[in-house]
Amino acid sequence: MPDYYPPENPAPNVAMVNIKVKILRFNPEKDKKARWETYPVEAQPADRVLDVLNYVKWYVDPALTFRRSCGHGICGSDAMMINGRNRLACKTLLRDVVKDGGTITVEPIRGLKVEKDLLTDMEPFFDAYRAIMPYFINESPPPAGERLQSPELAERMAQSSNCILCACCTTSCPIFWVNGSYLGPAAIVQAHRFIFDSRDQATHQRLNIMNQNTGVWRCRTAYNCTEACPRDIPITQLIEEVKRAVMYQQA
Amino acid sequence: MHHRYDVLVVGAGGAGLMAALYAAKGDVSVACITKLYPTRSHTGAAQGGVGAALGNVAEDHWEWHMFDTIKGGDYLTDQDAAEIFAKDVIEAVYELEHMGLPFSRTEEGKIAQRKFGGHTREFGKAAVERSCYAKDRTGHMILQTLYQQNVKAGTNFYNEFHVTDLIIEEGRCRGVVAYHLASGEIHTFHAKAVILAAGGYGRIFKITSNALTLTGDLMSLYYRKGLPLEDMEFYQFHPTGLAKLGILVTEGIRGEGGILRNESGERFMERYAPTIKDLAPRDIVSRSIITEIREGRGVGRDKDAINLDLTHLPRETIEQKLAEITDLARTYLGLDPIKDLVPIQPTAHYAMGGIPTDINGLCLADGNGTSVEGLYAAGEQACVSLHGANRLGTNSLGDLIVFGRRAGIFAAQYARQAEYAEMPENPERETEEVFSRLRNASGKENSAMIRKELQESMMNNVGIFRNGPDMERQVEIIKELKARAAHVGVSDPSTRYNGELMEALELGFMLDCAEATTASALNRKESRGAHDREDYTERDDVNWLKHTMAYKDLNTPDNVLIGYKDVALKGYTRAFEPKPRVY
Repeated sequence: MPDYYPPENPAPNVAMVNIKVKILRFNPEKDKKARWETYPVEAQPADRVLDVLNYVKWYVDPALTFRRSCGHGICGSDAMMINGRNRLACKTLLRDVVKDGGTITVEPIRGLKVEKDLLTDMEPFFDAYRAIMPYFINESPPPAGERLQSPELAERMAQSSNCILCACCTTSCPIFWVNGSYLGPAAIVQAHRFIFDSRDQATHQRLNIMNQNTGVWRCRTAYNCTEACPRDIPITQLIEEVKRAVMYQQA
Repeated sequence: MHHRYDVLVVGAGGAGLMAALYAAKGDVSVACITKLYPTRSHTGAAQGGVGAALGNVAEDHWEWHMFDTIKGGDYLTDQDAAEIFAKDVIEAVYELEHMGLPFSRTEEGKIAQRKFGGHTREFGKAAVERSCYAKDRTGHMILQTLYQQNVKAGTNFYNEFHVTDLIIEEGRCRGVVAYHLASGEIHTFHAKAVILAAGGYGRIFKITSNALTLTGDLMSLYYRKGLPLEDMEFYQFHPTGLAKLGILVTEGIRGEGGILRNESGERFMERYAPTIKDLAPRDIVSRSIITEIREGRGVGRDKDAINLDLTHLPRETIEQKLAEITDLARTYLGLDPIKDLVPIQPTAHYAMGGIPTDINGLCLADGNGTSVEGLYAAGEQACVSLHGANRLGTNSLGDLIVFGRRAGIFAAQYARQAEYAEMPENPERETEEVFSRLRNASGKENSAMIRKELQESMMNNVGIFRNGPDMERQVEIIKELKARAAHVGVSDPSTRYNGELMEALELGFMLDCAEATTASALNRKESRGAHDREDYTERDDVNWLKHTMAYKDLNTPDNVLIGYKDVALKGYTRAFEPKPRVY
């Protein structure tokens, strides 16, 4: 299974499916508003949606614009809405979203300004990230070796540190859509990563940021974030843990 | 638009972020430019760990690590670089921990360590636990941690700026030119010192673990100035990529006890490396796999893969320590490593060669020690040369923290005492000319089609096993592809986010890297490390214990000039004499 194949050289010996991919297109240099365009594609069921998008860009319409890099779910570049749900295009296989003869729809993630086609302005998302002091703080002089930490305490960060900042969660959150000042699930997950790090000393500062009106109390527990996370982070649960920590001012 | 910084870092992966952080500590103004967004660099895909002789699980010493690195590199490793590395990486790992990196832990609360290919105790006697890890997402955690520290340090980031030209005049680097994807504007960055840390070029091969963005841009720009690329023939194939996809399956999986098996279920590595079996270095395991496949013992429909067997490991090991690859196998192959065998095949993974530097990261202009003033390089982009002919697993993450840091320190030190060298009158002229040529070309050729032909032919002709006739053919193929690439046109007239334009540029960069790789490989008439020739099967220390320096011949198109550089066969306190490499 190659990550793409040009028209005259389809993958050998594999049953192909004929599908349509319907993409929301928008080029501010010529379009007043977004428009749908549909492309017929012959593909393998085990192809990624990213392969289909690459195929369209490389062999059909080179103007199609989207972000992509690693192609296997670790860089977080290709977050987009596929069949109405936020996903990474490189971690979504066709067989899971479309049958032979069917159509998949692809749109940009919501709540961020669309710059071109599927590509959105990520600055507000990273502004929220930077607002929670997303860095380790410990002012005491470090020992010659490591700061000791038990495996159990290290495990407290396992879920939150798994985040790749793809923005699938934040841009699936209805509160974030209507109130852009809400820091959003991804930033709260990042705060969780440091609040529950036994070595970090800035817990109270971060809890105070979480306690502001842009912080954790905006969350209405809609669970969209948890459903959207391509890395299966139980985001709603982590947000609840941060809420509890704010209530009792301790982690 | 015009910018000016004391130190400019190109690339925001591990090496670039470490360099930026250390440059910032050197009391100079620093900016980091990246063609992606920070946290999206390919360092994030590294899984297994970073090797350092902490001795947290079993006795270990930096001398053992130095020896393993040199032997792993088939004695082409510069021993001074290996000594600095093996000592410094210990401190660098502790420093990452002090930056908050969430390492996995031993029961005593220390950084956990596991086995990895080619890492041994007492100079080759048995495998040793040297790889410090954060589950199987160590690179992801290094990338995140270093970006976090740069946010804290207030480093200036220029995101989605695609570098199109490197300004070097009269032996001094003066800055770079870049296309800003969001605005479509060409920006010039004037700097006292520039650090290149933009990663590798694995995308020249069809099956690769590398991101779509790893197209060797800065290596090519350096090479186009008539400056050399070192040891480009040494390209590492990682033995375990997911079959057909090439997505990396960490060596940590064999460190935890995973076993490679052929069609009959035989643990075939016992025949090739009886001492350390599945934990032999990557070049040996990759060749063993290909040999099994060639002799008809492969698995799968096309008999072109080998099985990775984890089914005997405890479920918790797989789900806890190897969660990332478990997820990849489930997502892409629909297999569950807890009960299923996972088909793998070697995947193009890492460039041992690159822009030559001294041990402080300063770029070299030839094999005699002449340097390019104000220009530094680190990480996979650079060739120190730590990895020699074959890199040991975990030494890439170690390389970028150790030598990224050194490049940052020495670039800042240089910038503090240097004046700005003048930029040429029209630094953006070359970029504008290239853009206008691409926009006005006939367009009868498609860059994706040419790229695909390049990737397939490189895989076939300059892959794991090589020979003279195949590589001579590849030289001709590259010439032809370059001629065709001159007709690639850009049909999208947009100024903003013009990905088509960028991909056309990247194709040119890839063709340069492929040209230098093929010419270097054809020239080296021996087998050493990852460079295995069917027509010269032995290592030949008498004639070839030397580094290759490949120069683009600026007077004759498509011609590559080959020069050499001595290998440093001594460290500062230790020296390891070349010996036959058996495990």
